[in-house]
Formats: sequence, C-alpha cells, structure tokens
Amino acid sequence: MQITTLLFLLLSIMAVGAALMVLFSKNPVHSILWLIVVFFAISGHYLLLNAQFLAVVNIIVYAGAIMVLFLFVVMMMNLNQEDIEPVKNYRLQILGVLSGGVMLLIIVLAVMRLQETQPVQLKVGDAGLITNLGKTLFNNYVLPFEISSVLFLSAIMGAVIIGRREED
Amino acid sequence: MFHYLLNIDAFLLIEKLVLIAIIVGLCMVVAMYTTFAERRVAAFIQDRLGPNRAGPFGILQPLADGVKLFFKEEIIPNFSSHFLFILGPGLAMTFALLASAVIPWGSNLEIFGRTVPLQIADVNIGILYVFGVVSMGVYGIMIGSWASNNKYSLMGGLRAASQIISYELALGISLIALLMITGTLRLNEIVLQQQAGYWNIVYQPLGFFIYLICAFAECNRTPFDLPEAENELIGGYHTEYSSMKLGFYLFAEYVNMFISSAVMVTLFFGGYDIPFVDESTLSTNVAGILSVLAFMIKISLFLFFFIWVRWTVPRFRYDQLMRLGWKTLIPLALFNMLATGAWMLFTNK
Repeated sequence: MQITTLLFLLLSIMAVGAALMVLFSKNPVHSILWLIVVFFAISGHYLLLNAQFLAVVNIIVYAGAIMVLFLFVVMMMNLNQEDIEPVKNYRLQILGVLSGGVMLLIIVLAVMRLQETQPVQLKVGDAGLITNLGKTLFNNYVLPFEISSVLFLSAIMGAVIIGRREED
Repeated sequence: MFHYLLNIDAFLLIEKLVLIAIIVGLCMVVAMYTTFAERRVAAFIQDRLGPNRAGPFGILQPLADGVKLFFKEEIIPNFSSHFLFILGPGLAMTFALLASAVIPWGSNLEIFGRTVPLQIADVNIGILYVFGVVSMGVYGIMIGSWASNNKYSLMGGLRAASQIISYELALGISLIALLMITGTLRLNEIVLQQQAGYWNIVYQPLGFFIYLICAFAECNRTPFDLPEAENELIGGYHTEYSSMKLGFYLFAEYVNMFISSAVMVTLFFGGYDIPFVDESTLSTNVAGILSVLAFMIKISLFLFFFIWVRWTVPRFRYDQLMRLGWKTLIPLALFNMLATGAWMLFTNK
C-alpha cells in the first residue's frame, strides 16, 4: 500500500464523513463547522495532486471567508434547532433528489472516461503550481476569465444595491 | 506493506521535529515576555513603575502570571456547548502558531556536515499560506464566543468576524502589489532578493503602511480591539472564560502579534538580512546565528511599536472602524496596486 493511497483513503473518509455530518447535524452552527472540515479534506486532496495554489485558495476563500460569513449570519440570527421547521414540500424533495442524481451521474461518467488507475502520485504533476496555472489562465483562457470577473463585479454591485438603505 | 516507511530520511525527520519544537517554544516564550514588556512599557508611558517584584527587575513576572492562571478555578458555564467551548481557545492558539511554519527564521546552519535551513517548510505558496492561516484565526474567537451562550460574548465574536473579514481585503490587495514586485510567493526567496538589493519598504511604503494597519486589526490590538471592548462588552468574546482557557486566548493574541511582526519584517524589512553586512564573508554558522539575532531584533522593534500604539491611541468607534476599512484602506490599497503596476510597466521591470 502506497502512502498516497493511504492518505487518499483517509482524506476521502474524512470528507465524506464530515459531509454526512453536515446533513445530519441538528444545529446549523455544527453543520457549518462540519462543512469547514469538508473543505480542509478537499484541500488535502488538492495537495496530493500537487496543486498547492488551489489547495490554499480553497482554504482562504471557502473556509476563511465564505464560511465565516455563513457562521456570522447563523449566529446573528440565532437559529436554533427548535425554531427551524423541516422542509415538508415533497415536490422540492423530489427535485432535489433528481438534480443530485444527475450530478452524480455526470461525475461518475467523467471519472470512468479518465481510465486512470493511479489517481494520486506524490510530487508528480505541475499543472496546479501557481506559475503554470497563471500562464494557462492568462494565455489560453483570458476571455472566460475576464467574463467571469465581470460577472463577479455585477454580483457585488447587485449586493450593494440590495443592501443599501432607502434614502428619502 | 509499509516498506516505504524505511525510505524516509530519518535525519530530515529529526531535524524538522527539533526545529518545530524550538520554534513553538520560542513563540511561547516570546509571547510570555511580550506580556511582561507590555506591562512595563505601559507603566513607563503612564509614569508608573509596573511589575518589578518577582525576580530581578520583575523578569519572573510572566511565570507568576502563568502559575496563577493554571491554578485558577476552571468554570465552564452550564448552558454552554462544552466541546466547542473547549475547542475555541485551542483553535485560537493553533492557528496563531501555524503561520510560523513558513517563516524563514535565519539563513542556513551547518550541523554534523548537514546544511540545515532555519525554516520548517519552504513552500511554493508561502505568503498565501500565511494569509490562509490568518483568515482561519477568527474561528477560535467565533466558536468560543458562540459556545459561551452569552450575549456579550456573541457580540464580541460577531464584531471580530466582521472586522477581520473587512480588513483582510485591504491586507490581501496590499500584498498583491508586493508580489508584483518580487514575482515570487516563496518567503525565503523574497528575503534573498532583499539581501541582494534594497529592502521592499523602499518600493512599497504605502503597501507597508496599509499592511501595518491591517495587522493591528487582524491581531485585535488597540485601536481595533472592539471584540473585547471592556467598557461596552464586559470582556467581549472571553467574558465566560477562566483559568488557562482565558490564558490561551490572551496568549494567542501575543503569539499573533509576534508572528505578524515576523511576517512584516520578512516581507518589507529584509527578513533575517543583517543591515550593512555582507553575509557571504562570514562562515555559515556565524552568519546563521547572527541572522537569527538580526531577525529577532527587528521583530522586537515591531513588538514595541504594537505596545506603544496600544498605550497612545484610544479605541475606535465601530462605525469609524468600518469606514476606515472599507472607504479608506481598500481604495488606497487598490490605488497602490495600480500605481505599482503602472510603475512596473513604464520602467520595464
């Protein structure tokens, strides 16, 4: 058994286990904390693929910023388990199952196409290093990159307009 | 099955473990003596004597404080979430110490014919790693404050979260301008560049200024210590804490100050570079030890500055804090980034 396989298994168990805990936790704050564990496990997977930049950006953006805001909102609203009504809308539940199933199907198909027998190897592959990533992003994919940044800008402006106090 | 365990370089493992132990110990000792320095400097500024009873000049005072904290009664509130209540201070301390892993503490040493770099991990993404760890630091405060089940604590935690999120943006943008000049994220390489040329403060005075203010905010130091504003919130996020858990929160603040001073010195003030001395003329070991000393002296100057500001500038009001972060620092940081880019474009750097 290779050390990479061992690490891969450990991280996968951690990721899936924590993801299940996100769903089964009664308290929303606990759910969020489990979700942070999931992000750490996924960053571990990126590190195994030698994608250091992706790993650390995943931590900074998701675990460090977005989850802090989630936690902030949940704490400020003081959501406790007894206040929350479980979703009883069956149509929504069926839709959720369907879309989740489709997502799973696509992922499984994509993985089967790869035909990779040794998915992780230590210190092999340099696609995720910051130099290569930057060069690829700004040479080959500069238009999609810029378009997505305009998208972000419009989202920020939308948030500012919605959050602005009415002046009269 | 586990034959690969034999292939691990045992000396490397021992070397790194010893280095980790030394650096964590160093952080703790420096944090202890920063608390002492804080009290003595505060006393000096307010024309008092300060603690001078325990040992000569009172240098045993931090030990006495530590013993006192250890022997205090431990109180865990009945309605708190116990696991998270204990996790909070632990996380605060862990994330404060984690950033020390990528800081280059000195140049190389030669021990038994092996070249030992005085840095735990010279990773490709050093600065981003520091940034990531800093952004995680707020969880210790938030989790502890929520688990306390106390309104004052919760207010402190929420203030900490929104303050750190706001100042992180300006901090990140001011770092981008620095990265454009250095062209690398490796901290050791940044130090070597400064050793060969000028310190980065010459190229990035505005960037350093922004970084400094944000570092104060990220460490929850006065004038940005609103999360524990004692005259509004009793004790803020650590109202319910007692004994060594409170000690961990207080120590984590000093460790944070130490680490962020180290990062500032590394990025802007030449790191372990000894000013006006050509290190290549010295033997490796002498240069190594002197470089660590130079680094420590620079860091202690910053620590003194942290303390000096605390006893000089009063605390901001919350709206002033937010206005400074969003309406002053972020536009300034953006301007700094654009100006740096334009300068690099015109001088063909």
